[in-house]
Amino acid sequence: MAALLEIEGLSKNYGGIKASDNVNLVIEQGELHAVIGPNGAGKTTLVAQLSGLERPDAGHVRFRGRDITRMPPWRRAHAGIARSFQITSLIMEMSVIDNIALAVQARQGHSFRFLRDARRIPELREAAMGYLAQVGLADRAEAETAALSHGEHRLMEIAIALASEAPLLLLDEPMAGLGPEESAQLVEFLKGLKGKRTILLIEHDMDAVFALADRISVLVYGHVIATGTPAEIRANDHVRHAYLGEED
Amino acid sequence: MKPDRKTAAGLFVLALLAVLPPIFIWTGNPFYVDLATRLVILAIAATSLNLILGYGGMISFGHAAYVGLGAYAVGIPAYHELYGGFDAIASFSGSFQIPLAVAVCALFALVTGAICLRTKGVYFIMITMAFAQMVYYLFVSIEEYGADDGLVIDVRSELPGINLDRPLQLYYLAFVSLVLAIVIVRTIVNSRFGMVIQGAKGNDTRMKTMGFNTYIYRLTAYVISGAMAGYAGALLGNFTTFISPEMMDWTRSGELMFMVILGGAATTFGPLMGAAAFIVIEEVLSHVTIYWHLPFGLMLILVVLYVRGGIMGLIEGRWGRRR
Amino acid sequence: MDTALFVIQLLNGLQLGLLLFLVASGLTLIFGILDFVNLAHGALYMLGAFICATLTMWTGSFVLSVILSLPVVGAIGFAIERLVARSLYTRDHLDQVLATFGLILVLDTLAHLIWGPEGMAIPLPAWLDGQIAVTETLVIPTYRLLIIATGLATAGGLFWLVNYTRLGMLIRAGASNRTMVAALGINIQLLFSLVFALGAVLAGLAGMLVAPITEASIGMGNNIIITAFVVIIVGGIGSMKGAFIAALMIGLIDTLGRSFLDDIFKLFMSTAAAETSAPAVSAMLIYIIMAAVLAVRPQGLFPPKVR
Repeated sequence: MAALLEIEGLSKNYGGIKASDNVNLVIEQGELHAVIGPNGAGKTTLVAQLSGLERPDAGHVRFRGRDITRMPPWRRAHAGIARSFQITSLIMEMSVIDNIALAVQARQGHSFRFLRDARRIPELREAAMGYLAQVGLADRAEAETAALSHGEHRLMEIAIALASEAPLLLLDEPMAGLGPEESAQLVEFLKGLKGKRTILLIEHDMDAVFALADRISVLVYGHVIATGTPAEIRANDHVRHAYLGEED
Repeated sequence: MKPDRKTAAGLFVLALLAVLPPIFIWTGNPFYVDLATRLVILAIAATSLNLILGYGGMISFGHAAYVGLGAYAVGIPAYHELYGGFDAIASFSGSFQIPLAVAVCALFALVTGAICLRTKGVYFIMITMAFAQMVYYLFVSIEEYGADDGLVIDVRSELPGINLDRPLQLYYLAFVSLVLAIVIVRTIVNSRFGMVIQGAKGNDTRMKTMGFNTYIYRLTAYVISGAMAGYAGALLGNFTTFISPEMMDWTRSGELMFMVILGGAATTFGPLMGAAAFIVIEEVLSHVTIYWHLPFGLMLILVVLYVRGGIMGLIEGRWGRRR
Repeated sequence: MDTALFVIQLLNGLQLGLLLFLVASGLTLIFGILDFVNLAHGALYMLGAFICATLTMWTGSFVLSVILSLPVVGAIGFAIERLVARSLYTRDHLDQVLATFGLILVLDTLAHLIWGPEGMAIPLPAWLDGQIAVTETLVIPTYRLLIIATGLATAGGLFWLVNYTRLGMLIRAGASNRTMVAALGINIQLLFSLVFALGAVLAGLAGMLVAPITEASIGMGNNIIITAFVVIIVGGIGSMKGAFIAALMIGLIDTLGRSFLDDIFKLFMSTAAAETSAPAVSAMLIYIIMAAVLAVRPQGLFPPKVR
């Protein structure tokens, strides 16, 4: 397997707090790599730096061998990195399908197209419907986004990430705030996605992580203290002390 | 879109504007033609503002500067044609002046927008205001063009087939322009480009991570809006035949914003409704008292506090507090 | 260059800068703590001038009138906060801007109703009306020195208030964490009203100080408010230090630009060209400075740490 994303010596300080402390991580092509860690370990900050919303103080990020450390977010999206947000980040004023159609539109070159009614472009609408159907939201397509439930918003986040057709998905706590039943459904869905896309999964739900991940990295105080298969991580004393022990 | 109540109301007002002015003339009330002309020109400016303010969420408090620049782009060439100097732009020709107005405003929007749009929120409001005030002070400082006292446009723009000295011809040019402006903004808003600026209004971060360079799209919308306002300014200069820095005062910008909000931001006909309501209110109140700004100001506060979605919101039947 | 003229213009620039600071400090305080954009802040500047002019007419003493006017303007600010501003804190900036724009129309028209369309001059007492001759050519009006002294003293007082008093501590805490201050059992509503009143007093004071020079007039606040915006944009919105430094900077650049830009231009262009372009450029100078600062630092020179 080849490395898709290489993170090298990534560091980020917030007023003396090390949100990322010399993070080194390699995401292999096709794997589902989970990053776990206690609250405040710097998981979301890591995703923010990978998606380009935050600039690291030091270190490098390479995607397909190309240095993207200083690339703005929209370029990274075009390069093939999509993300979902831990705190739902959707365009609330628009309909559900409009949100997804925008994500489809985003990968179709520039949008300096002023004449055709975007809502009547079959390629955009049909593709968007397809992604909504995949996450089971097809019947909610025309609803206003703000009117959907939290669980449905989480699914929209996934649909947007899918619609990018990006080879690398950064999923920041997709299960956040979901009930056990919804979580289980999402786990099943992500299982189906495994192998088709490379996924960096940030997650608190340990059952989900151990059910899904090919490899797991443990982040504590901005530092990666261990990386390995689920079995290796389970067996790692260091990790049990630092983190897993607290959870159970 | 199916014809709904909002569209019906907008089309009704447009229909009134299409047929009333000749009737005003026949019934010996040419004053009302002037009023309708001002209404229609302000509606074009408000429609252009709605593109960035309503749909794009860019709270520009400097739109009157574009209207003023557009008017000066008519007045200054005419002035030089009449009194000499500055041969390069001296002209009475509307087919020179109007494109000049549009180009100057597009350029001004490009340069200032490139700076303003790097900032967010309240910074953006204040900076657009400050740049507009800069243009205001610029014209106050230019003695040759009348400084504070303004500039009289002795000769209106000469256009093939249209005589702008005839009030009805000027009116119908403005009216057709308004219809076009509404159609253009509506088309842009519904296009893929329009979806991007509306998406960026709703959630800029999400749009960026989807792969949109929202800055460039916003800047483009800002330039289009400025250019359209410049066109409205060129018409206004021809209508008033007098231009002064006062046209660009920030309170004029505030009035344009009020028209958009009063009529209903991010609606097709909202700016037209807002401009119409503004003109009617101004006309009625200023007949009652010279202190009409007092009830007007109170009304503005009440509209902001209590009328959700402006006139279009009322037509749709949404009463009550906003948000 | 004429040294005496330069010193005089320097003092004029300092005076303008300090007046700007008085207006801008209230704006930045209110924005920093309440996240509220108050366009009507300039109207308080105007009201300060008119109220002080009326009281001077009644009492015959300018200084006494200033002292009496300050609490009146403060009370007006307090009332505005309770009646209008309070309902707008949870609204977006667009609503705030429009509603306070409406408030300007109301306050300007009320001033017009009460004081008439003409401006009102304020006569200075003899001891302030004189001039101090430093050298034969360098003659400084006493009143200008008083403005500068008052401005500096107020700025000092404000820094003391914000940095070393309990109220200041609450103000700074309120700026960064409203809920925390509320949780401490502080009456945050009252705190907000007081901040608003303080801002009103500062703007009113600036209006009172300037009125003997320019006289009180309708709409006088509408010009200074934009310049005050430029000041807080350049300084960094919410930063008191930024407001102070930017106010002096803008005051000096504007004044010196208007006086000496043509001389500077003459160094590298023809006299005629310099005389036509200098007024235009000096009219735009502070906005060009603002644009330059923003191009490099979109958050202003001293962006506050919170937000």
